[in-house]
Amino acid sequence: MASTQQFCTFFLDGHVFGTPVPKVQEVIQHQEMTRVPLAPDVVSGLINLRGQIVSAIDLRRRLGLGDRPAGQLPMNVVVRTGDGAVSLLVDEIGDVIEVDEETLESPPETLQGFAREVVRGVYKLSGRLLLALDIERVVDLGDLTKGKGSREF
Amino acid sequence: MDEIIKDFLIESTENLDRLDQELVKLESSPASKELLASVFRTIHTIKGSCGFLGFARLEKLAHAGESLLSRLRDGQLTLTAEVTSGLLAMVDAVRQMLASIKTSGEDGEENYASLIAHLADLQQRTECCDPASSAPVTDPCDKPAITDNDSQAPLPLASAKEQMADPTKIGGVLLERGHVRPEDLAMALQQQELGRKRIGEILIAQGAAAPEDVLAAQKTVESRNPDTAIETIRVGVNLLDRLMNLVGELVLARNQLLQFSSMKQNAGFQAVSQRMNLIATELQEEVMKTRMQPIGNVWDKFPRTVRDLALNCGKDVHLEMEGQDTELDRTIIEAIKDPLTHLVRNCIDHGIEQPGVRKQLGKNTAGILKMRAFHEGGQVNIEVSDDGAGLNAERIRQKAIERGLASAQHASRMSDRDIFNMIFLPGFSTAEKVTNVSGRGVGMDVVKTNVEKIGGTVDVQSTPGKGTTVKIKIPLTLAIIPALMITSGGERFAIPQVSLLELVRMDAGETGKGIEMVHGAPVYRLRGRLLPLLYLNRELQLSRFKDGMPAQDFAANIVVVQADGHEFGLAVDEITDTEEIVVKPLGQQLKGISAYSGATIMGDGRVALILDILGLAQRAQVISARESALNDKEKQKTAVKMDLNGDRQTLLVVQCGNRGRIAIPLSLVARLEEFPASAIEIAGAQEVMQYRGQIMPLVRLSRVVAGSDAATTVSDGDARLQVVVYSEAGRSVGLVVDRIIDIVDEKLSLQAPAERRGILGSSVVQKRVTDLLDVASVVRDVLPGFAESPGKA
Repeated sequence: MASTQQFCTFFLDGHVFGTPVPKVQEVIQHQEMTRVPLAPDVVSGLINLRGQIVSAIDLRRRLGLGDRPAGQLPMNVVVRTGDGAVSLLVDEIGDVIEVDEETLESPPETLQGFAREVVRGVYKLSGRLLLALDIERVVDLGDLTKGKGSREF
Repeated sequence: MDEIIKDFLIESTENLDRLDQELVKLESSPASKELLASVFRTIHTIKGSCGFLGFARLEKLAHAGESLLSRLRDGQLTLTAEVTSGLLAMVDAVRQMLASIKTSGEDGEENYASLIAHLADLQQRTECCDPASSAPVTDPCDKPAITDNDSQAPLPLASAKEQMADPTKIGGVLLERGHVRPEDLAMALQQQELGRKRIGEILIAQGAAAPEDVLAAQKTVESRNPDTAIETIRVGVNLLDRLMNLVGELVLARNQLLQFSSMKQNAGFQAVSQRMNLIATELQEEVMKTRMQPIGNVWDKFPRTVRDLALNCGKDVHLEMEGQDTELDRTIIEAIKDPLTHLVRNCIDHGIEQPGVRKQLGKNTAGILKMRAFHEGGQVNIEVSDDGAGLNAERIRQKAIERGLASAQHASRMSDRDIFNMIFLPGFSTAEKVTNVSGRGVGMDVVKTNVEKIGGTVDVQSTPGKGTTVKIKIPLTLAIIPALMITSGGERFAIPQVSLLELVRMDAGETGKGIEMVHGAPVYRLRGRLLPLLYLNRELQLSRFKDGMPAQDFAANIVVVQADGHEFGLAVDEITDTEEIVVKPLGQQLKGISAYSGATIMGDGRVALILDILGLAQRAQVISARESALNDKEKQKTAVKMDLNGDRQTLLVVQCGNRGRIAIPLSLVARLEEFPASAIEIAGAQEVMQYRGQIMPLVRLSRVVAGSDAATTVSDGDARLQVVVYSEAGRSVGLVVDRIIDIVDEKLSLQAPAERRGILGSSVVQKRVTDLLDVASVVRDVLPGFAESPGKA
């Protein structure tokens, strides 16, 4: 039985990433951020989302993709997680697309490093590949906070 | 679940809590008929409701308790510790059944047959009781009805019985005051059953009571019945929390509005926003009040705890409470529950002596445990004190030295007060034997941790032979706090007002004046005292954000703060304003950073971080971190220096970076290992390695001490890594060094401490200058959680 799922897609360094639509709370323009000194590099700062304080995680850094070109403002994809809302900073937002579960494949061997851990699988779309992210894993900085948080630079 | 069952559960839980207290009270004053009647009534209510709702097992149990109580009430049985314990066991059993009803809707499989039998057995001891002691209320004609165990007892008589002992009914009050004779009342009640007239009227008609007495009794009944006095409704806690959040939002909006109105020159608009300001403030206060609860809500369970514990330890303890109606935010009430229980346990188990010992010492055999709560300076003070043996400063000192928490020299120099406060260190216990009550050395640590978590402080005072007092100070509420706004390195931060002592402003020309350096650590002369100084921009590495701008020690203002009883200065760029801020928690991603306690939204809609002064101080080691709470950094250094200087030491000499020679005391090295670089794995951003069934974090020593920054985190898979394994509390850390040079036996003469972090000082080893590594501090700098939380990987 072919089941389909809606994915919210976004772009990072030319790759197409996506997460199931129900996981996404909203997508908003670039927001002014308050930086958090001593925080891990992947945390870009805090944004005020209508009175709620939300941490913004730079997905490029999180996935080890290298920094965004200067002058390019990221977009916020606010996702729902077990620990409340978290904003993911992405280059650009894509369409909401319907994917067929049957086209899902496990991540390719070529995927390296941390990205391999957070990509649940790859959907083969016509002409390109959609990398499905494990959101809970992305926002769980785990030891990153503990280990790196107070390292002297 | 049915509304009706929900109500029953809520009501019964409250009733049971009250039963706990009343039974304990009753034990100390068994003659109080009022108490006995109230206890009886409570059980009767529970029994009645569960029969109605069809919980047969529960009803049976409650009935057994009720029968036993009726014996007590009739004076056929005197209340002994055994009977009280039996009744309390019944209360616990009912509580378990209620819990089971809550989860499954059924009153459980357990039918508590043995407990019911035990209650019945207690009840059968009527014979051994002296009939002369029976209460005057007992009417001979009642006896058959009451001794009959059947719940189908004749109604009129049973209800007469109840009314007679019930101090919230007119008959009971009249009887209590001796305005009516029991026989007359019993007769009047029987008439009431038939004629449905009011009892007061019947009594007056019979001439058994004077009209004015009846009127007075009626007034008393009204005042005793709290339902008629204050009108209350039940509101879910969730709703209150949500209200509180909304008011928080409103306060933020108000702040924005005020900022906006100050820019506009419109008198009408300003007047409206002022009014809005006032209303919002008032609303905020009122809503806060709805969340306030008297501390008595937590304390109420202590009489029972104290009784059980005292019985358990074979001690005689008298509990005194003062200030039960002191109000606190409910989140705080929740948070202090456990610490208070620990303190009470400690007092009874360790503080108060055995009755025999007390007698020898000329004290009253019953120890006094006193709990006191009061408001002072916007904070709530809670004291738990006992009149027991007090703390033995010598023994704590010995223990501290034994455990390596302080050097012998240092310990001998410490004041008794500092020594006493060591009992709050993790794993510290002077108890000779571990009992099931306490002595494991966990409790006091929990007390301190929990109290500090909510921004409070703990202090202990003790006089040998006279007793011990533990004082807790906690804030009234956590949700909205006054704070000072400052800027440093271009960023805005909030400093909670509670940690604030004073502000020092330095004039433009004077900047830097008065700031002196002691061993590279800045201090400020404040009225002749030396105040350790922290540059906030340096501590938070703010210069990292500003490209190319070096960390400049320019500071126009010093905020003098205190944390954990230590004062220090925080050098900041600018002080803006004080503001009421709404504390919002930080996401999971940022919880690990001890420098912040939360964040808030400012009037302009931007987010500002709230500084955690205690965490900041511990980070910067202005005051020592928990694990070395006794020594601050300087003292620690001196202590190590003293140990090292002069003595021959076996040192491991390693190379880090291009030139750095580092010495590590061999006594701190668990093993030397060599691994292929491919063995390194990444957990989060931390390099780790599987080592003897554990995940061992790795620390690149060259990066920490030599300051060199390798471009890649993971080296080539072929390269071999030299790893010095350091173990503490069962956990290991691998220090990655470039090369192991030698192991030498040298007499150390440490020169002045180096400025670099993690280095204790330099010495000449093998005719070459070598830095001595401060292993513990390096490990903690890189892995703050290490050793603090064994078990958590």
